Amino acid sequence: MSKNLNDQERQLKNSKTEYKEGFHMPDSSTNKFKMGLNEEVVRNISKLKNEPKWMLDFRLKSYGIFMDMKMPDWGADLSGIDFDKIHYYVKPSDKQEVSWNDVPDDVKTTFDRLGVPQAEREFLSGVKAQYDSEVVYGSLIKEMSDKGVIFLGTDEALKKYPQYFEEYFGKIITSADNKFAALNSAVWSGGSFIYIPKGVSITKPLQAYFRINAANMGQFERTLIIADEGSYGHYVEGCSAPVYTSNSLHSAVVEIAVKKGARFRYTTIQNWYSNVYNLVTKRAYAYKDATMEWIDGNIGSKVTMKYPSVYLMEEGARGEVLSLAFAGEGQHQDTGAKMVHLAPNTSSNIISKSISKKSGRATYRGLVKVVKKATNVKSSVVCDALLLDPESRTDTYPFMKIDNKNVKIGHEASVSRVGVEQLFYLMSRGLSEDSAAALIVNGFIEPIIKELPMEYALELNRLIELEMEGSVG
Amino acid sequence: MLEIKNLKVKRDGKEILKGVNLLINRGEVHALMGPNGSGKSTLAASLMGHPDIKVDDVSKILIDGVNINEMSPDQRAKAGLFLAFQYPIEIPGVPFLEFLRISYNSIMKDRIGEAFRPLSPYKFKQMAQEKMKLLKMDESFLYRNLNEGFSGGEKKKAEILQMSILEPKYAILDETDSGLDVTALKIVAIGAKKLSEEFNIGILVITHYKRILEYLEPSHVHLLNDGIIQKSGGYELACDLDKKGYEDV
Repeated sequence: MSKNLNDQERQLKNSKTEYKEGFHMPDSSTNKFKMGLNEEVVRNISKLKNEPKWMLDFRLKSYGIFMDMKMPDWGADLSGIDFDKIHYYVKPSDKQEVSWNDVPDDVKTTFDRLGVPQAEREFLSGVKAQYDSEVVYGSLIKEMSDKGVIFLGTDEALKKYPQYFEEYFGKIITSADNKFAALNSAVWSGGSFIYIPKGVSITKPLQAYFRINAANMGQFERTLIIADEGSYGHYVEGCSAPVYTSNSLHSAVVEIAVKKGARFRYTTIQNWYSNVYNLVTKRAYAYKDATMEWIDGNIGSKVTMKYPSVYLMEEGARGEVLSLAFAGEGQHQDTGAKMVHLAPNTSSNIISKSISKKSGRATYRGLVKVVKKATNVKSSVVCDALLLDPESRTDTYPFMKIDNKNVKIGHEASVSRVGVEQLFYLMSRGLSEDSAAALIVNGFIEPIIKELPMEYALELNRLIELEMEGSVG
Repeated sequence: MLEIKNLKVKRDGKEILKGVNLLINRGEVHALMGPNGSGKSTLAASLMGHPDIKVDDVSKILIDGVNINEMSPDQRAKAGLFLAFQYPIEIPGVPFLEFLRISYNSIMKDRIGEAFRPLSPYKFKQMAQEKMKLLKMDESFLYRNLNEGFSGGEKKKAEILQMSILEPKYAILDETDSGLDVTALKIVAIGAKKLSEEFNIGILVITHYKRILEYLEPSHVHLLNDGIIQKSGGYELACDLDKKGYEDV
């Protein structure tokens, strides 16, 4: 074990040397990495990536929109964001600035207790920018490429497959959608591109590879997924171990097109460090008889605002969002879902579960919209909140905009507290107060946990137990 | 021996028990009877350490000589005490089998110490299935969520199943007979009696009715009234109470 550690330290030192060499650049190029945003930064990002002119134009237009748009004032408190104190582009090699000694102790402790392997710990804390996933997951990648699946970093995909970008990029989520989508559109970097050809099913979830893919964990990553007709795929991003970053803003955009008869599931488990504003726009277009499922778990961060949405474009389309939020001390999870029914005979289902402890605040914010021509629509919304102590808070904002009379819409909301009698019952069976509370919480979120791949489910359960220690009051 | 000495308790500031004394040896069955509001369930809950019940400093609850007054409910369970709840609590999303295993491991680890090796999930399930035969419970119970959607009778059976798995030294059965039909009552009562004999469990059964006592055959019967033990006797006291009611004994 100690030998491995030494090897890793050596690698780390070597990579630092490379990084130093890279750092001795002319002044003009180091300027690019200063904090703050202006048109030149946007131009430089595009230039550095050697992008086609249309992408530069797209970035510049988005930058203008970003500057013109007001900060959203209808949701969580975003006043702590200082756009002048953010790095808008960090070269992958520069990510190694963090030393293991700088990683906060609480993060290290959680790694220990979750049993995260050392190599992954370093990656997750930003100590290491790359994890050699090719070696570990090469066979998975081969299986996919044999089937014609395209699976690349977004930057690389833009060069190799521009045709998909022209058709979908920035079309499902336009730059003007919201201020942070505009910001992402201006400065995006990294993210994943997936194309699943007609009729192809990916049997294994694509989680192993992505769990530790450097490009995927950028600050402004941009993901584009196209599930072609009759295909099936499941993508899992993030992990339940804490992700430490010195960057305080994470603002991603995820666009997905699910074509006729296809089914796609996108699972997110994220546990950002408690300094992070996590403001993400996720939207899928589901075409005729297609199914889109979002499973969205948010544990850490300072503020999360995220409302995965499905636009049900054509008849028979189905949308589903399972959303889970855990709001701890000083955290505000403002999450939910949007379902926009644009065609007849479409259906949607939203299940939202939130847990708040120690002054944490969980907000459900959702929209179900049915346009006039969309008859025979079915939609169900269930939001359940669990409060662990009297200081915690939850609120629900379920917006409905229904312009067709021939619809079936159901909405249920519940708020419960971890009760004295529940704890007493479990403790009388030998469980400590903390593990009794953790069991109650794990039971509460079970409908969502059971949809996760096994190792995520186990890790999430374990993480909830850690979160629950000393939290009952 | 389970010793309850001068037990005085308050709940929401109101004095409920005013000095209860009881001695229960392992393997003995004691019955506690008494009118509604006499403090029977409060006695059960205070023995298990319910957080809303304030036990007076002069009171002592001893398990085999160890004072458990300051112990949390989980520590009391580990010390060998078990409470079969009158109203078992529903815990959504937690499968019964998983709960049983967590509970069993937690208690056995404490009882056996370093040498304890948890049973594999498969072995544990086999053990649970074996124990379920005694109570004529269907295996499907194990996969349902803890008490969620269980009928009244099913909940009571599930309580006694937990007792059989946790093998306590002393068990309090709080109106385990309520909500049971005649057949289920017989199964549960005979099951509890067998467990008492097999594991030498001292039982305190709280009830309004003689029927469960016909199977449990208590050697001691106590009448609790207005927070004190008004009368103690043998099985004949239960017969008396059954015939005449609490007022006329």
